[in-house]
Amino acid sequence: MASVRLERVDKVYPNGHAAARALDIEIRDGEFMVLVGPSGCGKSTALRMIAGLETPTAGRVLIGERDVTALGPQDRDIAMVFQSYALYPHMTVHQNLAFGLRMRGASREAITERVGAVARPLGLDAVLDRKPSQLSGGQRQRVALGRAMVRDPQVFLFDEPLSNLDAKLRVETRAELARLHRRLAATIVYVTHDQEEALTLGSRVTVMRDGRVEQVGPPMEVYRRPASIFVGGFVGSPAMNFLDGEMAAGRWTGPASLALPLGPVPAASLPASVTLGVRPYDILIVASGQGDMPALVDVVEPRGNEALVHARLGPEGSGPEVRIVTPPEPLPPVDTVVGLRLDRDRLHWFDTVTGRRIGP
Amino acid sequence: MTARPRWGNVVLILLVVATAFPFYWAIVASFTPEARLFQSPSLLPRNPVLDHYRALFSQRDFWVPIRNSLIVAGTTTAFCVAVGGVCAYALARLRFRGKAPLLGLILAVSVFPQISVVSPLYLVLRRLHLINTYPGLILPYLTFAMPLTVWLLVGFFRQLPAELEEAAMVDGASRLRTMREIIWPLALPGLAATAILTFVYSWNEFLFALSFTLGPERQTVPVAIALFRGQYQVPWGQILAAAVVATAPVALLVLTFQRRIVQGLTAGAVKG
Repeated sequence: MASVRLERVDKVYPNGHAAARALDIEIRDGEFMVLVGPSGCGKSTALRMIAGLETPTAGRVLIGERDVTALGPQDRDIAMVFQSYALYPHMTVHQNLAFGLRMRGASREAITERVGAVARPLGLDAVLDRKPSQLSGGQRQRVALGRAMVRDPQVFLFDEPLSNLDAKLRVETRAELARLHRRLAATIVYVTHDQEEALTLGSRVTVMRDGRVEQVGPPMEVYRRPASIFVGGFVGSPAMNFLDGEMAAGRWTGPASLALPLGPVPAASLPASVTLGVRPYDILIVASGQGDMPALVDVVEPRGNEALVHARLGPEGSGPEVRIVTPPEPLPPVDTVVGLRLDRDRLHWFDTVTGRRIGP
Repeated sequence: MTARPRWGNVVLILLVVATAFPFYWAIVASFTPEARLFQSPSLLPRNPVLDHYRALFSQRDFWVPIRNSLIVAGTTTAFCVAVGGVCAYALARLRFRGKAPLLGLILAVSVFPQISVVSPLYLVLRRLHLINTYPGLILPYLTFAMPLTVWLLVGFFRQLPAELEEAAMVDGASRLRTMREIIWPLALPGLAATAILTFVYSWNEFLFALSFTLGPERQTVPVAIALFRGQYQVPWGQILAAAVVATAPVALLVLTFQRRIVQGLTAGAVKG
């Protein structure tokens, strides 16, 4: 196992599109690093540059302190699981698993033994003679996993490996991947657009946007202390509420005459326009007339163990919409005015212009 | 498929009959004695005789043009698939400047009217002393067969997912190894279909074969058949027998690989 480092990596395509701009990412030895972001943020390009399938226009790629920027994928000792699995359709499961070993000149006995050792825990020993077209989606997924595991590579690369599975299988495979990481103590780089996958799987998470890193950190830190409006809105579901406001006399004034102190923030460095971020889970519905501000209940969506309430700020509901997660009962009736109380310890302040976080 | 209107069926049947009848008649006539062919021809085969076929191979030595055709069409096909395959793979996979114009040029060459290049090609071949030789036919054939092959195979290679090749490279296979172990086996149906089409075109080619050969020792089947007619008579029976002999293997080949050929031609049209 080894660490991986991208140093000031640029990737500009001939058509002028920049998929990576001065990208710095460090993945520690044995770490499960998730690269997450919306489509087109450059996360797949970053992964493909680690794999050697794309060449950076500038910067260096290091695997275990070795500069591999100029090396092809063959010489990097990495394994990759593709979104489409990319199983060789003309080969049996056994041949698929054995391919990488065969390319590296392993002996026939060594191959048989190693393939068996990988196939058994994945439940593939009964289907070794089948072709990929005769396998179920979950089995194909496991063959793709097995093909990566069979060689004991320095680094595992995963490119949205769960996106072709149905919801149930996805949850199962996610647990499987967590177990795999613990058992092999492997360095894993995992690309996904699904923030939930990122939070559940990663030892650390890198949130990307427009070819740049927005924030790096352990999942809970990214969730609790988003570094920007973008990260706050991207990580967590339902998405964070944002309310724009102005600073006046050391207090923040937002829509619907909402006024709050900013808490332990050095007042001198404050910009004029400040955006408040608050998660739907950190708002409490209280009786009308109480709490920080009034709001008109607009839509109520029961979701089993909780309910999502859409409400409009202000006594007439003329302000911006906020989403609130509440216990499923009692539900506030639609078109009634309620009070909303914000959890003072869970407020996020951002500079409206730059989008960056203010304060701790 | 829903039922077609009745008149549609009638048109279809007429079309099929009109298309198939000449072939049917050629087969029937090739088994009918020359004398009866012009006195009381019958649409149904009566007392079939093998006279024409016997004459074909004993008097005329029809094996020579068959051998010539096999050599010329076979070599053209092998060369086209080998060189055109590599070329098409590069065109399908690599990104480089001027790819679209290059593909357009290849297509333009393949629709170039043959008759317009016969005279210049003749001069070139004479200077190279290649008139009435096998290379003297194979080289001109490549001018129309190669663009066809490349064009068909580009479509086919494009349809193979690039991720398979990337997976092979990550697995440690070199470019050549990837080509041999992944691309080649997957491309085989497409290569086979393309090879058959190229072979059929070369096998049926007439204009170049007529212009660039001088004697029966290098004439191909279509030319040989055309030259059966003597000064005073046309041996229809033998001509038709030769036509059957020339068509049967090709027709058999195409029928056997029919599905593959259609797949090859429509490759990339829809996602498999």
